[in-house]
Amino acid sequence: MSLLTAERIKLLSTRSPWWCGLLAIVLPVGFTVLLATQVNPTNAPGFEFTPAATQGTASLGRAVVMVLAALAVTSEYRFGTIRSTFQAAPQRVAALLAKSAVVVVLTAVIGAVVGFGSWAVFRALHSGPDLDLVTAADWRSVAGEVLVFALTGALALGVGILVRQTAGAVAILLVYALLVEGLIGVIPKVGRDIQHWMPFFAADRFLGIRDGGDDLQNLPLGPWAYLAYFAAITVVVLGAGIFAAVRRDA
Amino acid sequence: MIEATGLTKHYGRTVAVDNLSFTVAEGRVTGFLGPNGAGKSTTMRMVLGLDRPTSGDVRIDGQHYHDLHQPLRTVGALLDAKWVHPNRSARDHLRWLAAASKIPRARVDEVLDLVGLTGVAGKRAGGFSLGMSQRLGIAAALLGDPRVLLFDEPVNGLDPEGILWIRKFMHRLADEGRTVFVSSHLLSEMALTAQDLVVIGRGKLIYQGTVEDFVEHATESTVLVRSPQLDRLRDLLRAEGSEITEITEDGDALRIGGVASAAIGELAAANNIVLHELNPQVGSLEQAFIQLTGDTVEYRTEEHRSEEHGAGEHRAGEPAGNGEVTSG
Repeated sequence: MSLLTAERIKLLSTRSPWWCGLLAIVLPVGFTVLLATQVNPTNAPGFEFTPAATQGTASLGRAVVMVLAALAVTSEYRFGTIRSTFQAAPQRVAALLAKSAVVVVLTAVIGAVVGFGSWAVFRALHSGPDLDLVTAADWRSVAGEVLVFALTGALALGVGILVRQTAGAVAILLVYALLVEGLIGVIPKVGRDIQHWMPFFAADRFLGIRDGGDDLQNLPLGPWAYLAYFAAITVVVLGAGIFAAVRRDA
Repeated sequence: MIEATGLTKHYGRTVAVDNLSFTVAEGRVTGFLGPNGAGKSTTMRMVLGLDRPTSGDVRIDGQHYHDLHQPLRTVGALLDAKWVHPNRSARDHLRWLAAASKIPRARVDEVLDLVGLTGVAGKRAGGFSLGMSQRLGIAAALLGDPRVLLFDEPVNGLDPEGILWIRKFMHRLADEGRTVFVSSHLLSEMALTAQDLVVIGRGKLIYQGTVEDFVEHATESTVLVRSPQLDRLRDLLRAEGSEITEITEDGDALRIGGVASAAIGELAAANNIVLHELNPQVGSLEQAFIQLTGDTVEYRTEEHRSEEHGAGEHRAGEPAGNGEVTSG
């Protein structure tokens, strides 16, 4: 409990998490507003007016949340406070789990604001019964952002612990999430099959987001299985980070 | 009390700390002395459980750091004053440290007051001068009211006022019965701050004991004598004693080792020899330190090397420029 308090104070007593948090919300919700004002059934006949469609820009917020989470630990390495952290809590696993918990709670809250915020602004601009949260799938698309953002935060934290440098960690995370996963799909023949097992692809399938008109038939997993898969990858990366931090000299 | 036994740390093929054993007693300030790169910081990090020893063991009051419950309440340390987030305020920096060890919030203001940072507690630590950062580091070390304190080069880069403040502070902490372990590469500073010394070079123990003993053993005292009857005095001295370790000519003077200035004066008076100068000279601490750790300096310049090489032959004849003249 004391470690959670310490980590909470640490996270919220510098400005960068606040700015990142704000950006992680404003970017996707802002883009959703832009999208909602421009799209209508006549100029975009293929656009489905469903709750899942309101979450298309959430990946922007996810990218910023990754920066936030990675910074939470790389800045400690950068400024040497990680040593004070381990001095105060020589059981490093406990200290890093407390940090993970605090980061996960914060990113989950951001996810909730992004999910419901995007949905709410879209619905405000396009009133109609199609956008109501009726089915379980509707709820999964919007409220599911809470889980996806939380896991994304934990995943990025794990990469941050492994890499220890802000520039390196952020570069790896952003290049991977924004470019690599998309480019893999371009590889002929095997590309699509590999892409079906990419972590952020999995997260998007859990949310039920359509993927630019590409056919999403014959997916290997269902939505909840995809979430479990994404969670498993997160646990492995974070676990590897914590394991490395315990073994390494601080 | 800190006890290290056979402490060894390898980084790849580099041996940073080599089979180091020492104890640091409570109620005293113990200086941890060695040239830059001797392994002082590595040793301190191992004491704090930050670096894992390759072999050997270090205990604090009989316990490993990892086994201490809320360790900040037992061991406080200032390893590097710059280890704070520059955008976090001094108070918030102490607040999270306190929270991690369930130290009451009021203690944060207490230690801020103790080091004189109350006025700037809300300011970002990145804007602090080195002296203020050092004070913040000391406040963090004192947060848990620990029995054992470690400071790594605490006076580095400080102005004289800051140095004096820290020196007095160390004494106060030791007088309160705490174990105070302070590293430095400056013997002159340690001679004023510490009562005991642990001296290392290239990761190996060179000396452990009191500062007085170290200074006594390591420095040579000589007496410079000037007289119109030098030849007679020299003969008398030679006839007089077996204690005399050296008599060398230094221009028109004699440099005599192994005899107190009083004895020389009395001998001269008894034989009606006129003395123009009778000047006891104590070799400087730095000289002694270099002599002891000379072979163990990790990084050295060419110039340094040749200087040292010549020192053995010429030392006796050198002018006493580096020596501390205690009288006259």
